[in-house]
Amino acid sequence: MTQFNSFHLLYLVDAAKWTILLSLIAFAGGAVLGMALALSRLSQWRALRWLAIGYIQIVQGTPLLILLFLAYFGLGILGAKLEPVVAAGLALTLYTGAFLGEIWRGCIQSVPRTQWEASDCLGLDRLQQYVWVILPQATRIAIPPTVGFMVQVVKNTSLASIIGFIELARAGQIVNNSTFQPFLVFVCVGAIYFALCYPLSVTSRYLERKLHVAR
Amino acid sequence: MSRAEAVLPAEGQPIDQVPIVRVTGLEKSFGPLKVLDGVSFAVQPGQMVAVVGRSGSGKSTMLRCLNGLEDIQGGTIEICGHQVGRPGSWNKAQLRSDVGMVFQSYNLFPHLTVERNITLALTLVQKKPKADARRIALAVLEQVGLAEKAQAYPEQLSGGQQQRVAIARSLALSPQVMLFDEVTSALDPELTVEVLKVMEDLSRGGMTMILVTHEMGFARRVAHSVIFMHRGRVWESGPTAELFARPQTIEFQQFVGSVL
Repeated sequence: MTQFNSFHLLYLVDAAKWTILLSLIAFAGGAVLGMALALSRLSQWRALRWLAIGYIQIVQGTPLLILLFLAYFGLGILGAKLEPVVAAGLALTLYTGAFLGEIWRGCIQSVPRTQWEASDCLGLDRLQQYVWVILPQATRIAIPPTVGFMVQVVKNTSLASIIGFIELARAGQIVNNSTFQPFLVFVCVGAIYFALCYPLSVTSRYLERKLHVAR
Repeated sequence: MSRAEAVLPAEGQPIDQVPIVRVTGLEKSFGPLKVLDGVSFAVQPGQMVAVVGRSGSGKSTMLRCLNGLEDIQGGTIEICGHQVGRPGSWNKAQLRSDVGMVFQSYNLFPHLTVERNITLALTLVQKKPKADARRIALAVLEQVGLAEKAQAYPEQLSGGQQQRVAIARSLALSPQVMLFDEVTSALDPELTVEVLKVMEDLSRGGMTMILVTHEMGFARRVAHSVIFMHRGRVWESGPTAELFARPQTIEFQQFVGSVL
């Protein structure tokens, strides 16, 4: 058994890169999916609306852990054996998309109805209304809750350790197994998560203040 | 209701001119509530028509129907040659290029400058080059006396200025008819004056205008004709001076008595 040393710390920091990567995948994929879901929820086509509602309800009502199991073990048994990073990225994307979809739908709907009417009366079609009038205003409203949710996603990537993906939490377990200094090791792990999340929280609060007073 | 269904001639204009707006038997319900119960009237080109009446008489709803913002349950609306209201029977894009609308709450786009508020539809809908759109924007801003505010954001303007920008924004698209929905109701009296002045100038310039208003003094002084709505109907209408001089219905008399 070795003592916790700078090598271990570097190993943790290195593993944090995978946490960041996984967060970025979840966020990029989730943003695309979330935007599609938000717009589908607000679509004039009933079938599309119900499809989006159904997806959001099911995914929001399912633990992320189960999504990870399904993406890794479930798809594996069905013949699509995914790398842990791909399976984790997929599960996190599906999860993030469902939540961002609902957050963004709310933001789009909080733009006053009169903005739709005014742009309609000027002759803009629906796509033009979204692009030029509604989404720019919805974005301002969306930034604080979106950044807030990013913090959740960063922390939730730790669940990917369960399917053997070596990110920060899994690296912490490995280091602990060789040093057996759980308190020290997991305080370090927690500190690195904090270092990743805190800037986001601060940014979120800053934007909230700024956007509250600005246009 | 002796003059209720009458075609309204503009003063000094022949009565047989083709109306630019013709509404017949317009019916509109919100669920079980019947808001418009057979509204009929016509407007000649170049006229300013003031629609007055108590709250809940259906004035604003009627105006919104004219612009296709509400679907209708009965009757016909013909405005600038467009048959409005029934799904599928009218082309919204074409209607929008002919009919402008200004709202009580201005509804400027808060994230865009005054100039961009105006050029947005010019570039996106009318596909004008940026330079042309800009020139038009400055011209209409000049017309409403706000050329120096082109680069300001809506929140930096007073309510009256915002409403004048909203009028300019609508005007920039060169509509044939403009609809005004209680455009001064949200304004302080001193700000109301500057907006009414712009509208009066527009009317002098020959714009066909239909305005729902509570400004009875203005309607009486400037409008060519007045429509008094009551219980979802045109209760009384006619040339302004004649109507105010000899009200035919007790409801209109009471209304005039209560607001003037």
